[in-house]
Amino acid sequence: MKPPRSFVHVRENSLKMSLTSQIIQFLFSGLNVGSIYALVALGFTMIYNATSIINLAQGEFVMLGGLIMVFLTVFLQIPMYLGLILTVAAVTLLGAFFERLAIHPLRNASLLTLIIVTLAGSILFRGIAMFLWGKDPYALPPFSSSKPLHLWGATLQPQFFWVLGITGLVLLGVWFFFNRTLIGKAMTACSFNSTAARLVGINVRKMVLFSFSLSAAVGAIAGIIITPITLMEYDRGPLLALKGFAAAVLGGLGSGGGAIVAGFLIGILESLGAGLVSSGYKDAIALLVMLIVLWVKPSGLFGSAEESELKKF
Amino acid sequence: MKRKDSYALLVMAVLIAIFPWIVAGNEYFISIVVFLGINSIITMGLCLLMGYAGQISLGHAAFYGIGAYSSGILTTHYSFSPVMAFFLGIFFSALVAYLVGKPTLRLKGHYMAVATLGFGEIFFIAFNELTPWTGGPSGLSGIPALRFFGKTLEETAYLYLVWGFVILLLIFSLNMVNSRVGRALRAVHGSELAANAMGVDAARYKVQVFVLSAVYASMAGSLYAHFVTFISPSSFGLMPSIMFLMMVVVGGAGTIWGALLGTAVFTSLPEYLRGLEDYEVLAYGGILMFILLFMPQGILQRMQNLLNQMKQRVEKSP
Repeated sequence: MKPPRSFVHVRENSLKMSLTSQIIQFLFSGLNVGSIYALVALGFTMIYNATSIINLAQGEFVMLGGLIMVFLTVFLQIPMYLGLILTVAAVTLLGAFFERLAIHPLRNASLLTLIIVTLAGSILFRGIAMFLWGKDPYALPPFSSSKPLHLWGATLQPQFFWVLGITGLVLLGVWFFFNRTLIGKAMTACSFNSTAARLVGINVRKMVLFSFSLSAAVGAIAGIIITPITLMEYDRGPLLALKGFAAAVLGGLGSGGGAIVAGFLIGILESLGAGLVSSGYKDAIALLVMLIVLWVKPSGLFGSAEESELKKF
Repeated sequence: MKRKDSYALLVMAVLIAIFPWIVAGNEYFISIVVFLGINSIITMGLCLLMGYAGQISLGHAAFYGIGAYSSGILTTHYSFSPVMAFFLGIFFSALVAYLVGKPTLRLKGHYMAVATLGFGEIFFIAFNELTPWTGGPSGLSGIPALRFFGKTLEETAYLYLVWGFVILLLIFSLNMVNSRVGRALRAVHGSELAANAMGVDAARYKVQVFVLSAVYASMAGSLYAHFVTFISPSSFGLMPSIMFLMMVVVGGAGTIWGALLGTAVFTSLPEYLRGLEDYEVLAYGGILMFILLFMPQGILQRMQNLLNQMKQRVEKSP
């Protein structure tokens, strides 16, 4: 797996700037990647809450979102808004199929098998993507003009606002879903105690299916909004998943709010580390954070020790 | 070691001994079997860790890489003897495995999987970035081939060397799993709580078997480095880690023989898929998914079950 290229242009631009504006620039690009990590972390959290499975194919949903969007809007020339809806629908369906065909039949299998089946899913998705799109990275035009803006000495692509705006909308939507709708509340109930949820008449199996679909949808959106900035290729998934997972554990696994805050935190940390320390080790930063959290305080920054006793670390 | 194991071992040793004659000294086939031996060393260790102790590792290519780069760097940059570099590689791998394993093995299931995944990826990044020593992404070349008594080891001799290792480690592993240690590992797999209650120090056994499997991988790495004489980070990344795990799972993690069978399947698979490289990842994912869904015990167990069924049917029919 080759290291993905991302925000290289930001670093090149920044050579001419003062330290303050450089840091502002890094903060902005950190917010940008951070929103992607937050969305991936949220995807992990949703599936984990419903099933206590960590879905190693989470990064593949992001990759598929990006590549399907490229196929629809660049090759088939479908208008952007329609392409966005179709892409999210397609990846959601894939997530649902994945749950029905692979996770559901193995629901009573050993823990080791359950871990490996999500791994198998991720390889399978990657294999399909490599077969359909090849190994080359694909570009997606930005959603609006590519004329850069200047803000406090930092240079910003308009896509930056799209990423932040859409991430904000998704987070708002997910919050509304889990707190204000009946299905969302039922899913929350499953995450607290699935036996009790079943007793009050909630169809737990359906909720598991929903959690995979929803998590795939959130992943797809992350892929769509980030592709205009970083390009997308078939093997981008694992690293995205690892960093998203780093955010999910840092925020305290199972906590949606924690995952989001930690996602932005890790994005900013990574961007600052890449700009000020070493760009070569950029990808190691999130992984180191993850290992340290797992070793020292697996309940995460915002998780309580009491709550984590109940989880299977 | 059980009697059945000894017979199988004997058959395997004889097959390897006459293999160069079977293929009439064809270097291509011999080199595939050398790689099969190298991979087998890793998957044997991984099988002890996964199949017996029930712990997962998605970062074992890192130890493979530590072995390979220790041999490569020490012999090319610092003119160590290959034997010395081999043992230093083992030492480094064991040390890293101990330091990383101790906190990581406290985690369970999914967390351990992701932690080892992250750890493997960190080493992959290090192999890429430590350019002065590792040569970075473009690799490290000019690793000396092995020489014994002034003669360079050729393909056939290397085959015997690698498989000598495989057979020795196999005897050691088979004896271990049928000893007190093996029973302790299986107890840990069944239930750590119960194992602890019976006086088995689960945490210690887990770290020990993790270190042992890292040592196996390191040996394989050193043998690989001297065989191909050129190494680059791509052989020690995420995909190789997953491949080793796949070999164990597909063949059947429950026994070492299963892991060896899986290794044979996956080492030879790319050779059948020559020219179809675009399908490779798809094929791997498809096979793994199929095995998980329909033969969760692996191919070997499934074959044995089928054999038993056939035997019963033959006995029943008049």
